[in-house]
Amino acid sequence: MASTPNYGSKRVVVGAHYGMRDWLSQRVTAVLMALFTIVLLVQVLFGAPLDYYRWSAIFASQWMKVLTFVVVVALAWHAWVGVRDIWMDYIKPVGLRLALQVLTIVWLVGCAGWAVQVLWRL
Amino acid sequence: MADTSKPRPEFRNIHITQIVAYRLPPAGIVSILHRISGAVLFLLLPLAIWLFDTSISSEMSYERFSSVFVAGALGLPGWFVKLVVLGLIWAYLHHFIAGVRHLWMDATHSVGKAQGHNSALVTLVAGVVLTLALGAKLFGLF
Repeated sequence: MASTPNYGSKRVVVGAHYGMRDWLSQRVTAVLMALFTIVLLVQVLFGAPLDYYRWSAIFASQWMKVLTFVVVVALAWHAWVGVRDIWMDYIKPVGLRLALQVLTIVWLVGCAGWAVQVLWRL
Repeated sequence: MADTSKPRPEFRNIHITQIVAYRLPPAGIVSILHRISGAVLFLLLPLAIWLFDTSISSEMSYERFSSVFVAGALGLPGWFVKLVVLGLIWAYLHHFIAGVRHLWMDATHSVGKAQGHNSALVTLVAGVVLTLALGAKLFGLF
């Protein structure tokens, strides 16, 4: 194995599942968010007219809090893969791309933290 | 030796500034709108969490949540807030439907030219129609 060069034109670029992780995580997180949307929609649409008390009661149960938390994490992960793709496609200078990727992570982690705070303050 | 070879064509991602110059098929429009709606959702994430926060934290914050659609916020009028929220709604709906289309194509391998064309049209129309319906509700038309 060591005698086989794996660089330059000899570099093997298939079979190492490049991008497979991103592709799969994008879909798994999407399914989670879609299911959450349906679960939330069913609770909103069926029952008494929606006011503050019924709306906040939806998120009062522990299972809904945990489910929402999982979806917040899924959303951050999903958005990271997608926004990173946008930077990789359009932003060529490495320094600027790195800066934008760092800002993306800061943005997403910040938003996720805020959402979790709201959730467990209820 | 004379260099007779023609310069090889180079295909790159369509740049944002070139989008309007391309005549895309419906599937191409769905694709680029999937990207744009994703970017919009990413940028408006703080707005979405703010709406969640104020609508759910207390009765007082719920009052603030309701009044923002009438009185406005940050010096912006109420109708503009509604318009931004409607933009958020369209982005979510389009991204959702286009995403389900992706999953459906992944699962069923139905990637024929006709199916791609038709499902793209369904995606575009469903996204716009649902947005208009929710927009009518948001602006108090029914």
